[in-house]
Amino acid sequence: MATEGAATAVPSSSGVSGLDLVKLTKVFPGGGVAVSDVNLHVDHGEYVVLLGPSGCGKTTTLRMIGGHEFPTSGDILLDGESLVYMQPHKRPTTTVFQHFALFPHRTVLQNVEFGLKMHGVGKEERRKTSLEALEMVGLEQLSDRYPRALSGGQQQRVALARVLVTKPTALLLDEPLGDLDRLLQLRMRVELRNLQRQLGLMFLHVTHNQEEALSMADRIVVMNDARIHQIADPLTIATKPATELVARFMGDNNIIRGKVVEREGTRLVVEDDHGVRVSVQAPGEATSVGEPAMVAVRAAAVEVVENVGGPALNSAECEIVFVEFLGDLVKLHLTVGGERMLAKVPGERYPSFRGREGEKIRISWREDDGQLLHA
Amino acid sequence: MRRRRRTDWAKWALGIYFVLFLIFLYTPMMLMGVLSFQGVYGAITFPFRGPVGLRWWHALFDSSLPSSHAAEIQSAGAQSLWVSFAAGAIVAVLAFTLSMAFRRKFPLQGLAFYVIMLALMTPGYLLALGTQLFWKFMGIDTSLWKTALGTNVVWGIPFGFLVMLAVWNRYDYHIEEAARDLGADQKRAFREVTLPLVWTGIFGGFLFGFTLMWNDYDRTVLLLSGSEASTLPVQIAGLTLTTAIRPDLYALGMATTLLSLFTIALVLGVVGVRLRLRATPVHKVEEEFGLGGGLEVESEAPPSSAS
Repeated sequence: MATEGAATAVPSSSGVSGLDLVKLTKVFPGGGVAVSDVNLHVDHGEYVVLLGPSGCGKTTTLRMIGGHEFPTSGDILLDGESLVYMQPHKRPTTTVFQHFALFPHRTVLQNVEFGLKMHGVGKEERRKTSLEALEMVGLEQLSDRYPRALSGGQQQRVALARVLVTKPTALLLDEPLGDLDRLLQLRMRVELRNLQRQLGLMFLHVTHNQEEALSMADRIVVMNDARIHQIADPLTIATKPATELVARFMGDNNIIRGKVVEREGTRLVVEDDHGVRVSVQAPGEATSVGEPAMVAVRAAAVEVVENVGGPALNSAECEIVFVEFLGDLVKLHLTVGGERMLAKVPGERYPSFRGREGEKIRISWREDDGQLLHA
Repeated sequence: MRRRRRTDWAKWALGIYFVLFLIFLYTPMMLMGVLSFQGVYGAITFPFRGPVGLRWWHALFDSSLPSSHAAEIQSAGAQSLWVSFAAGAIVAVLAFTLSMAFRRKFPLQGLAFYVIMLALMTPGYLLALGTQLFWKFMGIDTSLWKTALGTNVVWGIPFGFLVMLAVWNRYDYHIEEAARDLGADQKRAFREVTLPLVWTGIFGGFLFGFTLMWNDYDRTVLLLSGSEASTLPVQIAGLTLTTAIRPDLYALGMATTLLSLFTIALVLGVVGVRLRLRATPVHKVEEEFGLGGGLEVESEAPPSSAS
């Protein structure tokens, strides 16, 4: 199941530097499997996003790394040293929690100072370091305020300053942008990423937001149902989903489900029940003629051909169900014999599609844009 | 128009209901206050007999006045105060520690919950009877500081426990985890984060323990030994049963009520000051975006946004 993309570092070959999750598994007392056999290597300085729908095990994975959940089996290694039996306060990891978890009874400055105080840093020094950290996040003016008197974005910055002063080896972020307005979210994405680049720290970020993952990550780990489905760089995740789940979860993918009808070398032709035929390059796949197969084609790779004609490879005759204008682009919701398809065309072409629901059009795509999916 | 008029009627009706409610609640207390200022011939019923005076208030404090109960009332009051403090403190500690166990799931948790709640459901007099029988069976004499205090603590625990459950319900466990993450060991996180955030609940437990003991008659009366000074409720009940009720009891009622009001005001004042320190939330988009470059180190100094 754990199919790895092209840019994946192979866990075992990476030596002792970085974070390694080895066959990590968590089964809750009720018998629910939260995380199942997760293997992952993260290098220092890398920004890795764990992406998946809620309940997929991404947060539990993060909490095990932080020491807030105890794994049922498997190991967590940081630079070759196991963290599993280490208390959270001794681990070189710190977490930015989903709702920031600031100390409501302490001022901004006292919040930031907390970690240094716990590590026995003297009063003068921790004050100086904390003010510097607050300056870095642009909040030195508000150091005397209590968290409740801050806006969401400001609380977020305090949470960041608070963990950064302790100089963690790995920073764990649990839905760090989930509590922010959309506009602020977009800005914090850039700021967070810039900060990570400046610090050169390992960031492990959990989110259910596809766009956020694509925009921030060096590598994305797509999880569902306690398992890793794909580990790859954002481009690969977006264009070459490995499994049906990844293709569906990332959205805007057309999935053609059918049988292999031809095979020549590494090239397969798959045909579905409605006569849609799609060819795909699948090197290293042993699928033979007659076996079921699934191919994903991104909605953005689909082109609209106006003339309606006979059956052709990598093409389909569709009925327009709904024309959705989204400013920069137009989403054409289509159907082929009841099977839903989606095409994205540039926003300028909206006038030529407006009001054409119910009409037939032909769409086509290039062979390179087809991607064979695993179950 | 018509619609507006109807709303107004509802408002008036509710207003009148509220006033009636206040009268129902406070008239008895005020009547007691008024009657405590009767003259020397005063009785316990309206109207006044004799002139207005402080006779009965004097009698409350001056035992040299004829037929004054000052001595008994004062010793019972002091006894009540100390034993109530003790009950409050024990209830606060036990209810808090019990509730800590309920932060996590454990086997037979539901049963444990109902066992704790049982003391709240059991009629006080029956609980006292049972306790009395039990100690007699064990060959131990009843006494205020042992059996009476113990039974009241058992009664108080579920109240304090429920207060703490409400506190934990609203408590964000991530805050504790954040403290652990930042280098606090379990003890330190408890001291630095948990305790400061839930002390109001613990204090609530104390107030319950204190008030229940302070007011209790049913349990205490059966579990005192005859020889020792009793608590205020038991003493007052004794006075009303054995001697004629006189306005000095009203003065006593007023005095304790005033003391309670003063204590409540004091507590609210302290809590109020603490809460004001933490100010109200600010949700201004301008402030959010007025902060300039923020995380980008190379950006110019952000404009002042402190209001």
